[in-house]
Amino acid sequence: MGFEKFGIMSYTKETKVEDFVKHLEDGRIMGTRCKKCGTIIFPPRADCAKCLSSNIEWTPLSGRGKLITHTTAHFAPAGFEAPYTLALAELEEGVRVFTRICKDDEKDKLKIGMYVQLVTKRLGDERITYELKKI
Amino acid sequence: MHSKVAVVGVGQTTFTRSCGISIRELCFEAFREAIDDARNLSTEDIDGLIICSAPEYDKQRSPAGLIAEYLGLNPKPTFLAEAICASSSVGARIAWSFIRSGLHKIVAVIGFQKMSELTSAESQERMLRGGDIMWESPFGSMMPAYYAMFARAHMNEYGTTEEQLAKIKVKSGMYSMMNPKAMYQKETTVEKIMNSKIVASPLKVFDCCANADGASCIILASEEVAEKISDTPVWITGLGLASAPLSLASRKTVSSLSCAVEARKQAYKMAGLKARDVDVAEVHDCFTIAEIMAYEDLGFCKRGEGGKLIDNEETYIGGKIPVNVDGGLLSKGHPVGATGGSQIRTIVQQLRGEAGKTQVADAETGLVHNIGGIGLYGSIMIFSR
Ligand SMILES: [Zn+2]
Repeated sequence: MGFEKFGIMSYTKETKVEDFVKHLEDGRIMGTRCKKCGTIIFPPRADCAKCLSSNIEWTPLSGRGKLITHTTAHFAPAGFEAPYTLALAELEEGVRVFTRICKDDEKDKLKIGMYVQLVTKRLGDERITYELKKI
Repeated sequence: MHSKVAVVGVGQTTFTRSCGISIRELCFEAFREAIDDARNLSTEDIDGLIICSAPEYDKQRSPAGLIAEYLGLNPKPTFLAEAICASSSVGARIAWSFIRSGLHKIVAVIGFQKMSELTSAESQERMLRGGDIMWESPFGSMMPAYYAMFARAHMNEYGTTEEQLAKIKVKSGMYSMMNPKAMYQKETTVEKIMNSKIVASPLKVFDCCANADGASCIILASEEVAEKISDTPVWITGLGLASAPLSLASRKTVSSLSCAVEARKQAYKMAGLKARDVDVAEVHDCFTIAEIMAYEDLGFCKRGEGGKLIDNEETYIGGKIPVNVDGGLLSKGHPVGATGGSQIRTIVQQLRGEAGKTQVADAETGLVHNIGGIGLYGSIMIFSR
């Protein structure tokens, strides 16, 4: 329990990495690191597919990265309100994140390759998410 | 043992927005057409039935059993194969293995989807869950958005333009006019497409394929019986099947589908040929950008030159490599589970020389590229006459 608070709408509440949400609430964006082989995983996972170890620890991410691609959705599935901009970014740590671009930046011309920062964002109803901001 | 495997019968229903009949009746139509299409074949000869469907659209739980009963195929074995939009290609691959192993001789592969079974709200809800439900669906990800992100990356990397995307749909519309089984039989223009509503930038309404109802059936047979059943057996000479991460964040590239590239390598190697040996191809154009990526992933042109290929009309009949001359998913409609079988049907007709107005002259080798979801399953099949 706890993961149901993540994102604009959630589809599952139980996961071994639900502490991710607690970290988000404290303003930290965390990945996991495999203690056996050192692989950094994001979005976080409790299990390392590289060495099959489940001996993992939380590790903070800088959140700094570059925009890889994006789209602005003008039609939204039920429960979402268009328009919104989805993006994929690669963080300094070499991992990628799929999320939204913050509303203020949405109107500006987004450029693939531009620097972005992944930040936590509180939503209503005690929900929490992360989004990308221009830097 | 180690028999060659041929397609000996093909059939499909007309793809429509809303078929107004039940799934059993839909499958029956495709099955009967495939049986009739084979010169010398009846229901009793079929020794296995593979049903292909994306079950989230089905009201009937475990539809394979129901369909086997309705077709009069009991007690022959039956089961469901699922790989979303690539379900019936995967079904064909399983049928190939069944026959190749010697376990079966003649197997029917029926793909179907009655997408109108769901309300649009239900259908949207399914669409959302097509992404990683923990890490991507919570942001409002959806099929067109993913392909829009591929398009944006491709445009940035290679200079592909929205006009080039539109030209894919123009070709599709033109050929759909010659396919009586296509859902849309409508010509269109670059201008009309460019002015259609944006769904997820840069993709517009006409860059996207539409939900449809429909069924397809292909019948596969072993070498020993194929020539008795059909005057024009079409042989499966290459098979490739691969996967890629469901989550976009886990992908290394977003301007290409790695599952297609991997499956292509397997299929070309097995068939012992190269891209230039393919005479006619069916590719999974669920969105216009998907066809451009397919040109490159299949090696029909160099990486980044997919836009140029359509500019030069090289994928029209008479060009270097005619692609989707049946209208493709964009105009035929995309009843998820039926699509792979419909693509195979088109290639089989081409290789038999039965494609009428859209016949590619002297087509000897054909290729089917069928993708599941946002590029998580990639199937490539190669056929020869
Ligand atoms: Zn590890």
